[in-house]
Amino acid sequence: MALKIVKGSIDRMFDKNLQDLVRGIRNHKEDEAKYISTCIDEIKQELKQDNIAVKANAVCKLTYLQMLGYDVSWAAFNIVEVMSSSKFTYKRIGYLAASQCFHESTDVIMLTTNQIRKDLSSPNQYDTGVALTGLSCFVTPDLARDLANDIMTLMSHTKPYIRKKAVLIMYKVFLKYPESLRPAFPRLKEKLEDPDPGVQSAAVNVICELARRNPKNYLSLAPLFFKLMTSSTNNWVLIKIIKLFGALTPLEPRLGKKLIEPLTNLIHRIYLFFSQILHHLSAITLVCFSWLIAFLFFITVLISLSSGMPNHSASIQLCVQKLRILIEDSDQNLKYLGLLAMSKILKTHPKSVQSHKDLILQCLDDKDESIRLRALDLLYGMVSKKNLMEIVKKLMLHVDKAEGTTYRDELLTKIIDICSQSNYQYITNFEWYISILVELTRLEGTRHGHLIASQMLDVAIRVKAIRVFAVAQMATLLDNAHMLTGNTQRNGICEVLYAAAWICGEFSEHLENPMETLEAMLRPKVATLPGHIQAVYVQNAAKLFATVLKSQEGNTDSTTAQEASQLMIDRLPLFVQSANLEVQERASCILQLVKYIQKLQQKDVEVSEEVCALFAGELNPVAPKAQKKVPIPDGLDLDAWINEPPSESESEDEQPKAIFSKEEPKHSRPRHTEVDEKELARRREARKQEQANNPFYIKASPSSQKVYQETPGVEHIPVVQIDLSVPLKVPGLPMSDQYVKLEEERRQKERAEKKKKDKKKRKEKRSGRGKKHDSGPESEEDITPAHMVDIVTEEMPENALPSDDDERDPADPHKKSSKHKKKKQKREKEDKEKKKKKKHHHHHHHHGDKGGEESVQNGTVEEEEPLPRRLISVMLTFIFLFYSFDRKAYDIQGNLQDGSQVVVSVIFENKCDSFLKSMEFNVLDSLNSKLQRPEGSGPHDSLTIPFQLPPGVSNEARFVFTVQSIIMPQKLKGTLTFIVKNEESSTHEKLDFKLHFTCTSYLITTPCYSDAFAKLLESGDLKSSSIRLEGVNMPFHHLLARICFHHHFSVVERIDSCASMYSRSIQGHHVCLLVKISSQTVSVDAKCDEPTLLGNVLDEIKQTFSQC
Amino acid sequence: MIKAILIFNNHGKPRLSKFYEHFNEDIEQQIIRETFHLVSKRDENVCNFLEGGMLIGGSDYKLIYRHYATLYFVFCVDSSESELGILDLIQVFVETLDKCFENVCELDLIFHVDKVHHILAEMVMGGMVLETNMNEIITQVDLQNKMEKSELLLADKCSFA
Repeated sequence: MALKIVKGSIDRMFDKNLQDLVRGIRNHKEDEAKYISTCIDEIKQELKQDNIAVKANAVCKLTYLQMLGYDVSWAAFNIVEVMSSSKFTYKRIGYLAASQCFHESTDVIMLTTNQIRKDLSSPNQYDTGVALTGLSCFVTPDLARDLANDIMTLMSHTKPYIRKKAVLIMYKVFLKYPESLRPAFPRLKEKLEDPDPGVQSAAVNVICELARRNPKNYLSLAPLFFKLMTSSTNNWVLIKIIKLFGALTPLEPRLGKKLIEPLTNLIHRIYLFFSQILHHLSAITLVCFSWLIAFLFFITVLISLSSGMPNHSASIQLCVQKLRILIEDSDQNLKYLGLLAMSKILKTHPKSVQSHKDLILQCLDDKDESIRLRALDLLYGMVSKKNLMEIVKKLMLHVDKAEGTTYRDELLTKIIDICSQSNYQYITNFEWYISILVELTRLEGTRHGHLIASQMLDVAIRVKAIRVFAVAQMATLLDNAHMLTGNTQRNGICEVLYAAAWICGEFSEHLENPMETLEAMLRPKVATLPGHIQAVYVQNAAKLFATVLKSQEGNTDSTTAQEASQLMIDRLPLFVQSANLEVQERASCILQLVKYIQKLQQKDVEVSEEVCALFAGELNPVAPKAQKKVPIPDGLDLDAWINEPPSESESEDEQPKAIFSKEEPKHSRPRHTEVDEKELARRREARKQEQANNPFYIKASPSSQKVYQETPGVEHIPVVQIDLSVPLKVPGLPMSDQYVKLEEERRQKERAEKKKKDKKKRKEKRSGRGKKHDSGPESEEDITPAHMVDIVTEEMPENALPSDDDERDPADPHKKSSKHKKKKQKREKEDKEKKKKKKHHHHHHHHGDKGGEESVQNGTVEEEEPLPRRLISVMLTFIFLFYSFDRKAYDIQGNLQDGSQVVVSVIFENKCDSFLKSMEFNVLDSLNSKLQRPEGSGPHDSLTIPFQLPPGVSNEARFVFTVQSIIMPQKLKGTLTFIVKNEESSTHEKLDFKLHFTCTSYLITTPCYSDAFAKLLESGDLKSSSIRLEGVNMPFHHLLARICFHHHFSVVERIDSCASMYSRSIQGHHVCLLVKISSQTVSVDAKCDEPTLLGNVLDEIKQTFSQC
Repeated sequence: MIKAILIFNNHGKPRLSKFYEHFNEDIEQQIIRETFHLVSKRDENVCNFLEGGMLIGGSDYKLIYRHYATLYFVFCVDSSESELGILDLIQVFVETLDKCFENVCELDLIFHVDKVHHILAEMVMGGMVLETNMNEIITQVDLQNKMEKSELLLADKCSFA
């Protein structure tokens, strides 16, 4: 109404507002573009007017046109004009337009700084609000720097409406201007406890986003968040906090312990509520949505925190059970979320998910692609030897049916991931796998030709037994190359030819008809393939040529050999002309070689041997870790700069990024190491990429194979036009399906044979046992590989250290080095037969006498595995001497800092006949105890023991450990690696051990006078506890001596059959004992200011006396 | 973080697009088209989450959408957002629109896209969720609209004078 009057009252230039524009566009459906261009001309006219209302109207229309895809950046200055209007109505239009089309490179943004500042301090809260909203979309580093202070002030604005916006926008400011984080953080933290829930939620939001980037720095806020979590009723806040805890708990397991109880309670409660609603309502309504959200994320947190605590399987089990109910639900959203949560559990607790295999397989058939994708993700952990073929067969069916390339590519990568996981652990028949790979090559327009190729190479190189089959398959592939290349040469799948050519060339001795394949490889069509593939073709044609010559050797009729030479000479010139340098070079080189050979052939000279020598030798795969294992030569300092480090100015650019990880000063590291790390990571990435493309490298983990996904792919390039009603069959290629049948038959047969054997045995034994369940499904171990497959082990440098831990990829929980183990076991058996060795356990008690100080050993070494495991009779005796160390600790009372060190003295005794050298000692640090390593070495580096051991010699080495809490005994796992050298050979050996830090070892024998002792007991700070030892058959003074000796106590006073004793821990805990004896029963009443420590010490005392 | 909020109709015509990361207009249109393509081919009774788009942010990127009569409401989010939370937010958004426009329909969105933007600005700011309480959102939107009205009235009086 008002607007109409306005319109009527003045004869305005514009009669078109936004609604008119929209209506106009809808009325000009045929010539929309033309109509809009006239409108833009009108808008341009309007923008030239002085009237701000006209301008604002024009800008409003521009915002709409921007949404339709028209560039409106030319009006940026006018937008700024409208933003600076004093009227809220126009200001809002201006800021909206700015938020839609301004970005960092819009140069007029510079002009807005003062205007925005003015708006931020406007008395009208909505001016401020609108400015904040707009700014959140187009804030630049300059704006962030200039306005950070103003926004920070707004964080304590009186109106919660402004506070909440100011808090939220701070995240954007931090992103653009990281220096602002430090000064703003205290205030941000304060806002976590703001009385207004909106502000609180905004603060939680910001901190969660920050913590996602670098959780470590926000650990200190955990208690605050814990409080918020238990008090907040806002679901949004709750979810964010729970997600935050999910990120924090892996860093601090103690946090998880604290969380587990309230979370489990909540799960039960929420679940109860949820199931009630489910009963009453058929559809999921909004009411329970919020509950569900909370519920699901409790689960995810539980999962992530439980990674630090293995013994919470009950909670996990609970989660998985509830998840199953979600997945079985008819609601697709719940199904999806259930699967999503499952995949999170799978990472830490694969076993608990595996039991729901049926359900996940069922989800694979779901009509919804999102759900199928989730289920696919889970499949990875589901496969076993038994069901691999079946699952892959199912997936292959999906591949055929799949419509979108994204889903099909995902299927393809998953098939390969599943099959190749854990070093092909689940593949029993490699012929089947090769045929699967070959079948996959028929996919139209996949981006993963690369991936298939690398698998083919990997399998052919490493599985010797499969080579004959693989070569035959590859030869057929090469022969049918035209089907793969199609009409476009930028086709992802043609990468497979790279592998095919290489395999045919390298293992050409297995080819049935090398001449034919040679011909296939030299077809003119090859010249249309990408350069790197052509290069492989040329090189491998030469290998094939050598094979042909060799096969014709001794043959009186030399026509075939000469034909081969002629073929090469005829076809190679095509490649010599190639635009690709590599192809050109190889081709011309080989061409000349063949010409020379031809000459020799004409003179009837036997050349095949020389030609073969060109390609002699086996190319073994190199282990991905081989490089790392090459020992660093003496005198080479890899950390030293070769050239001076780059000047400060260069690293300036990197600084802002680093700031997020340097929030707290104590975490900040010297700059150059950080840059170093980045650089290292970059190089590592580059190297991985390189290795991934190199067939001689074995992929470290499936993740590195995913690199291929990033290679730009070509979509929608038809490989072959295939009529789906006709079974897909490249002539001569086997179908993978037949293997499934074969495998089934084979297993049946095996089972039958086994049955027979069993029967025979039973007959022989004539045992009266009941019927055995033969028909039951065979267990995993029963499935033997179809043909003995010897997986070629990876090459390692000569004096590399074999360490099992290293091989295992910590990122992959499913990976088991079972193949490895089996081999080892076999070897062990042989060894056992050769040398029957007894198990040795040496617990030497050593009496050290250091400066009149009595120090006693109570550490023992436990070998993790029985000793016969070792090949050579190396016996090392570890004698551990614990000095509850640092003498200062008991000179300066209460100096806890010094009380955190424990020195472990180890005596190494060489009991074998060989020379031991290069000994390295390493201990897996726990949170509580850490081995002190020289500065600059990483937390997992081992310490080199500074001496060598000739046979029969012993020596002592000392290691310092820092211990935080001493109230609990603990065991540290460690390894000692060393080289055993005798005349014939030198081998690497490894010995696992456990270091047992008893509580007693933290006690120091400290004399105490009886009056001080009495005062201590009177003080009342001490908690008491007591034990009773039965059947002690020794004189009282022996008993006391034993306690003193083994447990570092000193006698304070002794009256008849009663004595008081005292000791102190390195951290200053007092331990007092009152020992009484009456007819073989000893009672020990003890007091200490730390009950846990006391309990443990008493347990250890009990242990000592139970042993005698 | 929310990367983008898109509303388009059953034919893929954009009714609102809000990107919290800058793209130029052509790419924005392409994103809208591809998102429509992905979302529209899905059945009615499948889940509301969709992965696999490679448009914004690569792998850490999900589409969460709802289909109301003739309109699709699509939120493009990364992994820090909870799926059901965003679904809830879409519902709040739609209910708020319904309250503000009194029985909202596609036409309201077509002709008053600026108002929809203003409402959205009270819910999501710079890609982060600002407010989820519908009453609070409506109060703030109403107050701002009142202010706008009083300003226009004032302008009228001035022009009459």
